[in-house]
Amino acid sequence: MSTRRALFAIALTIFVASYVRLVAQDSPHLGKAISEADVAAWDISILPDGTGLPSGSGTPEQGSTIFAAKCAVCHGENGKGGSAAAVVGGQPLTSGIETAKTVSNFWPYATTLFDFTRRAMPWPRPRTLTNDEVYALTAFILAQNKIIGANDVMNAQTLPKVRMPNRDGFIPRFPERIP
Amino acid sequence: MSYQQPRPTLDTLEIAAGNGLLHRRAFLTSGAALAAAMTGYTLSETAAAQQLTDAPWSTKAGIPIPEYATPSSFEKHVVRTLTNPRGEPRTQHARTPHHLLNGTFTPNGLHFVISHSGAPDIDPAQHRLVIHGLVRRPVEFTLDTLARYPMQSRMTFVECGGNSAPLFSNEPVKAGVQTLHGLVSCAEWTGVMLSTLLEESGIDPRAKWLIAEGADSLAVSRSVPISKALDDAMIALYQNGERLMPGNGYPMRLLLPGWEGNMNVKWLRRVKLVDQPGMSYYEARTYAPILPNGKAYQFYFLQEVKSFITHPSPELKMRGAGFYEISGVAYSANGRIAKVMVTGDGGKTWAEAALQEPVLPKAFTRFRLPWKWDGGPAVLQSRAWDEAGNVQPTRAEVIARRGQTKTPVTNPTAFPSQHYNGPTSWAVSQSGEVTHVYA
Repeated sequence: MSTRRALFAIALTIFVASYVRLVAQDSPHLGKAISEADVAAWDISILPDGTGLPSGSGTPEQGSTIFAAKCAVCHGENGKGGSAAAVVGGQPLTSGIETAKTVSNFWPYATTLFDFTRRAMPWPRPRTLTNDEVYALTAFILAQNKIIGANDVMNAQTLPKVRMPNRDGFIPRFPERIP
Repeated sequence: MSYQQPRPTLDTLEIAAGNGLLHRRAFLTSGAALAAAMTGYTLSETAAAQQLTDAPWSTKAGIPIPEYATPSSFEKHVVRTLTNPRGEPRTQHARTPHHLLNGTFTPNGLHFVISHSGAPDIDPAQHRLVIHGLVRRPVEFTLDTLARYPMQSRMTFVECGGNSAPLFSNEPVKAGVQTLHGLVSCAEWTGVMLSTLLEESGIDPRAKWLIAEGADSLAVSRSVPISKALDDAMIALYQNGERLMPGNGYPMRLLLPGWEGNMNVKWLRRVKLVDQPGMSYYEARTYAPILPNGKAYQFYFLQEVKSFITHPSPELKMRGAGFYEISGVAYSANGRIAKVMVTGDGGKTWAEAALQEPVLPKAFTRFRLPWKWDGGPAVLQSRAWDEAGNVQPTRAEVIARRGQTKTPVTNPTAFPSQHYNGPTSWAVSQSGEVTHVYA
């Protein structure tokens, strides 16, 4: 290869490399600005420290009534299981790798229970529960599993403080990839 | 020309390992004459061939060409297998028929799907993608807007964390490659790099994770480290050249090459930058496999190096002794496949398979090895290495670390655990039946 052709090849390589970089990083900025207030109806993320929990509250007793009306049809009477999984009880995780994972034996954060119930339940009619109803159902399920007391009120302050039994039962598979 | 040389036959080919595994380049080095050897074998099977005549389809005009083509009417059996085909209120799975495909791309209609609440019927004109949270400026995108952005294409596999889960059974589940490994597929995805959109929104230095959420009825959400988002995450709009299939996330999905399928959030409508993982249902509970000591892995992320043989495999009956091509797929979240070894005698001796070019990172690599089956019992198995130096573990190694069930798995579509990447063994009997075994 001549010197001239070699230089051309190098220049071409640099051009291609910079083009790829441009495509990967530079945005034409065509997105429309939106306010957090306008995202609010979609923003249903609850974080383990309680960030995102809405106002409202509920007790196990209130949750019991709601559960019987809206949840027991799939999850069974008092959450003992039906066509959908039980939300009460559970075997020790040392029973085997295929042990059914439950609120009682597995879930590390109570906030997940609120988050999933609000975003996904009842399965045929998701996001139809009021925040008070979700707090009450969360309280009912936690109390049925004896994780909170029968009269404990769940709200944005109390829920993140609930210590789940299996909170420390996890090992990051790739610790170096956890930010 | 080689016509004066002795004509090669199957018997003169170089043997690379026990039970008739041939050298991966046996056919390449012997060139055209080898094709003659194959032909000879084929002819010997059809010695009673009759004189050729024109078939009916050769003597009249064919059927009209449709606007959108579907496979030949003779290919109706090439379909996904479904659990929950009536869409009852539980998860649906559609598994790819790897034993009926070849190459490295999965056709869109056969790409695997897992959906926890069906596929939403999204009007693309009304769909919105929002990026907000710990950003400089929350932004909203329509599909029309994103269509004007610089795009990239990349071939990558997507694999469910629960693919191959039946191999955690303490006894081998009697099933084929579609049932055991049908929850992985590979496609060329085209879209806008997520890093481009995050450059537009700006990233608050406190942001460490993003929560991606779908527009499906369960609003499936998963937490992803920002580092992955800036590495190679894509908002995919096209799948093998056409818009995404509804079951694969139409009109847009998050694509995280090499990472656990469920994290590649479909029907993506919201990306929220946060300072901690959301610990959503699917990451805190579902995709956290229980270990033998009662602890559980969390944030498994990677679909590690794996391979399996698709040809032959249980639904493909062998038709007598002689030549066959062993082939299968290998892939890794850690880059390109570096090597695939194949055994025909249950692991006693191994031959290196040929890798079909191009070998792309985080994509299916098709491996091939010529085989002269002597008609006796054989046990086939493949093992893969990736360019990062990872080797597909033996089943014993997987089980030592991850455990296995105490009783045999009776439902082959159940998930006793997740992230099995050990090998799969196929036993070939003298009658040509192929069955799943542990070896």
